[in-house]
Amino acid sequence: MPEMVSITIAGILTLGIMSFVYKDNPIYKFCESVFIGVSAGYWFVSIFYQSLLPQLTDKIGLTGELTDSALAYYRQTGSLASGQWFNLIAAGLGVMMLMRLLPKIGWISRWPLAFVIGSIAGLRLIGELQTNIMKQIKESILPLWAPQYADGSLNLAASLGQSLTNVVLVVGILTGVIYFFFSKEHKGVFGGAAKVGIWFLMVTFGAAFGLTVMSRMSLLIGRIDFLLRDWLHWLG
Amino acid sequence: MNFWEKFALLDRRIIFAFIFLALAVPLFYTIRQPIPVSPEGQAYYEAIENLPAGSKVLLSFDFDPPSSPELQPMAEATFKQLFTKNCKLVVIGLWPQGPQQAEKALASALKDPRFADKKLEYGVDYANLGFMAGEDVVIQKMNSDLPGTFPSDYKGNATVSLPIMQGVKNYKNFDFVINFSSGFPGTREWVQFCVDRSGSKMIAGNTAVQAPENYPYFRSGQLLGLLAGMKGAAEYETVSNQPGKGISFMGAQSVSHLIVMLFVILGNIAFFVSRRKK
Amino acid sequence: MRREIPLFITSVVGLIFIIRFFIPHEPFFSLENIAASWIQVIKAFAIWLGILNLLKVSLDKIYKKEKGWGYSGIIVFSFLAISIAGFFFPVWEGRPTGDSYIEHARKFQYPGTSFDWFYTYVYAPLSSTMFATLAFFIASASFRAFRARSFQATLLLLAGFVVMLGSVPVGNVIFGWLPQGWQVSEIADWVRNVPQVAGQRAIQIGIALGIISTSLRLILGIERSHLGGEA
Repeated sequence: MPEMVSITIAGILTLGIMSFVYKDNPIYKFCESVFIGVSAGYWFVSIFYQSLLPQLTDKIGLTGELTDSALAYYRQTGSLASGQWFNLIAAGLGVMMLMRLLPKIGWISRWPLAFVIGSIAGLRLIGELQTNIMKQIKESILPLWAPQYADGSLNLAASLGQSLTNVVLVVGILTGVIYFFFSKEHKGVFGGAAKVGIWFLMVTFGAAFGLTVMSRMSLLIGRIDFLLRDWLHWLG
Repeated sequence: MNFWEKFALLDRRIIFAFIFLALAVPLFYTIRQPIPVSPEGQAYYEAIENLPAGSKVLLSFDFDPPSSPELQPMAEATFKQLFTKNCKLVVIGLWPQGPQQAEKALASALKDPRFADKKLEYGVDYANLGFMAGEDVVIQKMNSDLPGTFPSDYKGNATVSLPIMQGVKNYKNFDFVINFSSGFPGTREWVQFCVDRSGSKMIAGNTAVQAPENYPYFRSGQLLGLLAGMKGAAEYETVSNQPGKGISFMGAQSVSHLIVMLFVILGNIAFFVSRRKK
Repeated sequence: MRREIPLFITSVVGLIFIIRFFIPHEPFFSLENIAASWIQVIKAFAIWLGILNLLKVSLDKIYKKEKGWGYSGIIVFSFLAISIAGFFFPVWEGRPTGDSYIEHARKFQYPGTSFDWFYTYVYAPLSSTMFATLAFFIASASFRAFRARSFQATLLLLAGFVVMLGSVPVGNVIFGWLPQGWQVSEIADWVRNVPQVAGQRAIQIGIALGIISTSLRLILGIERSHLGGEA
């Protein structure tokens, strides 16, 4: 198909989705339905060729030639050759997952689901503890007075700047965590600290808002650039 | 109703029209503005620049076409800087669209005349192992058995048959990890299950929406560099002297931000004037 | 037994992943590898489950001729179109001599294939535009709803403005009269890297504590909502 025809199809589909900003209309609904169908088909085919086929059927020598060292590696580790039949059990579990579509025997899908939930629970328990609690707390224990030296002598401006940064970080994290502690009523000193915590959270959400606006505008710039440059050739 | 009360009820389609014009009109002009580089953007560039020549780098493409205006320019510039340093690149994807986006970025980078003489060869200098379902389990499994996690590449060749993958068992066989992500699974999972478990060095390019949650990792040293959104792409193109779409779109980005801020300010004026009147 | 066995599986698999972290030797090394391989396959089938459910709902709507069944027909037709392009590409676009059928089929998304055409000219434009239209709505929502009613809301607004101005070059152009070290972009860098990080860390610590407690409840079998209703 000539490229210009393909780009025209892409352009019409783009305008079809954009027509929603005027008002909901059948052209938008058509494009939305095409998107849902094509999305589903894309994932369906990709999962088959890129995930299921390699994991379930790839055997040494089926695709490509292997060097002696590669074969030796697999014999030594057994990671692919001997694991092959174990993976067929996984295929069985996968088919059990699909039984969820049939209401009468849908309960069978709880078994493979239990594998997935167990893995998430096990991975996340350690992962969150290590990455988002221990490491973050460790990096938050900062000196409130952080002298900076230049050529052997104290640089007061830099020291004050770094110290202020450290104080803001420590106070912000402490008061933010205090705010999320709902088992104690937010009154008195505790309430005051929680209020300061809210201020830091407001700055966080404000920064997130600013970055979200930037992100969304970037996406729209990309589409408008496609329409004006690639389709209509109005841009050089 | 006075002017401000009517203004507060402005038809949203007029706002939409202003936004469209704010983004479309600047694209017709070449607007040159100095791009300030953030500490995290500078750190991203320097982390790659400090890699020894010939380093083996694992790149994970965890995004889809909607995020490509922000992440695709970062990826193309990253490939070019890595090829300049003669690094060996292995690409994977935890989103099915990721490896396809990587192929487009690779194709764009390989067209650069600087690399024509290098005669970069698939399987020797770079490889694309494709997508694998499993999300965080995939990242964790690569700590012990990377070839078993990705048994074949994007083209269906056995992973262990590729010269670039000879002797590669896990993350410790890579000198560096780079992640481009826009959601789940993404940088957060890579830090949890790759950086903190294997001690790998990692930098990341994120969409601006996702970046705020990863700034703590940059601050704590778990990430050695971070690019956030199209501005991050523009910073990286500036500091690495590789002008691309990131820089060229900054004009439209600037105008759109000003228009949004103007509408927020005018909306607040309308609100306070109406409230005072009541 | 319909609920006890899944609870047992959840506990065992969760414990394997936890113990493997502390004891990275056999047998936990191999057990984790096997479990991870299985879970990769199960998650792939889980995605297929979602897709097949979508088809089931759409076909049901077409069969019962419910309101909007035409759009369900378009969903099914589009799904079939791209799936046929992906699975039957080797038949249509010829196979190089020397390549087996499956080797050729594996190249289903090469540039120039029908599947790649669908990805580049249908899927990518549609998905990109879906998200791009959010830019319009975020501008309109900001105009209507973003009000500096209180000190906290004003703080949020100001932080947003500083980051928005500091993220684009025009911020430094407008406020170029500020001294070096106090430029809008530098203030925005500080906001993103200091108070924003403080707030984010507090949020992440809170979320992490919640995830840890839920994970413990799942492994101990106290949390059973993932098993669904009775039977």
